[in-house]
Amino acid sequence: MKWLTSLLTSSIGRKLIMALTGLFLCSFLVIHLIGNLQLLVDDGGVAFNDYAYFMTHFLPIKIVSYGLYAGIILHSIMGIALWLQNRKKKGVGYKGGKAQGSWASKNMGLLGTLILAFIFIHMGDFWFKMKFTDTLKMVSSEALGHDVKDLYKRVSIAFENPLIVIAYVIGQLVLAFHLWHGFASGFVTLGINNKKYTPIIETIGRVFAIVVPVGFVIIPILHYLGISF
Amino acid sequence: MKLKLKIWKQKNQTAEGKFHDYNVEADEHMSFLEMLDVLNEGLLENQQEPVAFDHDCREGICGTCSLVINGRPHGPMQGTTACQLHMRHFKDGDTITIEPWRANAFPIVKDLVTDRSAFDRIIQSGGFVSVNTGQAMDGNAIPIEKDVAGEAFEAATCIGCGACVAACPNGSAMLFTSAKINHLDLLPQGKVESSKRVVKMVEKMDEEGFGNCSNVGACHVECPKEIKLENIARMNRKYFAAKLSAK
Ligand code: SF4
Ligand code: FES
Repeated sequence: MKWLTSLLTSSIGRKLIMALTGLFLCSFLVIHLIGNLQLLVDDGGVAFNDYAYFMTHFLPIKIVSYGLYAGIILHSIMGIALWLQNRKKKGVGYKGGKAQGSWASKNMGLLGTLILAFIFIHMGDFWFKMKFTDTLKMVSSEALGHDVKDLYKRVSIAFENPLIVIAYVIGQLVLAFHLWHGFASGFVTLGINNKKYTPIIETIGRVFAIVVPVGFVIIPILHYLGISF
Repeated sequence: MKLKLKIWKQKNQTAEGKFHDYNVEADEHMSFLEMLDVLNEGLLENQQEPVAFDHDCREGICGTCSLVINGRPHGPMQGTTACQLHMRHFKDGDTITIEPWRANAFPIVKDLVTDRSAFDRIIQSGGFVSVNTGQAMDGNAIPIEKDVAGEAFEAATCIGCGACVAACPNGSAMLFTSAKINHLDLLPQGKVESSKRVVKMVEKMDEEGFGNCSNVGACHVECPKEIKLENIARMNRKYFAAKLSAK
């Protein structure tokens, strides 16, 4: 097992952990987005509430969700640790000018910390209330044949508040910058970087960094404006 | 041309440093280091202490010169060492800020001179090929594909200057280390010690106190030999493979 611990504690190994957890979290974003787009369906929340019930009660998904929490925690702790350590290892910065490289790539620690703060607010508002409190009303679900918690209502109330909508817009902007660097960077870390694949991966990364946050952000905005389809 | 220089002065590793202002009259045909020579001659004539800076070949091949000029290791020109940088790229009346390489693994010896022996120790840990003594083999007896030879040669052009570390916001030495690993590893002679080499050199790199790479890419931009980032990805690959297959 020594080989494994020495691998995972080395500089490259810690990059590997960041890349694997990061790309895993990217895959989650896609699933989360697809599910959330049901919030835009004009059915009073029936489809979304059924979906929310399914996501919190279906065993395989429950298991994956624990992996997801672990992924978020690992990515955050490791990221913050690396950020602090790298600042120490760099020591003094330059007075004569700024370092080369994209703004996003040089501020991943800051962006990541903001995303973590966003996740806390976001989960506290919905996930926590749904799982651990009785503040959500019950509504009957025809498809499931029993009552489910009305998460849709909670979401609607939240997105009536312009401050919450603005917080979500900022949160997604930060996420976009984080993905702008993070997606392609993860692949470089895995060793996938050459003339053939890099341009494709970079393009996918850039598209991903725009499409996913935009997809998320239209939900609160359209809700606030009262538009659904 | 008249120039104002803001130069980092520091007595030794532990002393506190600060910027000193100097005025110098230079010629646009001078190299950057010649301009500093002129400055130092003037200082010596006036019985003042000259500015300490590293240099040796002055033709862009030894990797000794190491100046951060206006925030950029080796100055503003791409693919150019500080010694090969000419004053014609500056304007009369410019103020130029000159700082030493900044990274904890490269402690300042004096003024602009840093101790880069950490690089030597990384090389010592595995940056070599072992050969049996005896009659030298005919070089052409070992077939090497042209592209592979080219890639190895490109990696081998790294002059070990440390600008990559100086440029990196994390103080990481991955561009240097990966170039040194790959130029040997790509060739048949280097394959024998392939796994051992990558593990040893990465371990040494970490031990020497360099930071962790986060793929910012500033190293490649500032590298006077334009060493490619692909080298880092290849090193990662080789490192995983070596670790996973180790007995
Ligand atoms: S990789 Fe480039 S910047 Fe780094 S030591 Fe080699 S030549 Fe210098
Ligand atoms: S002095 Fe040798 S490379 Fe500049």
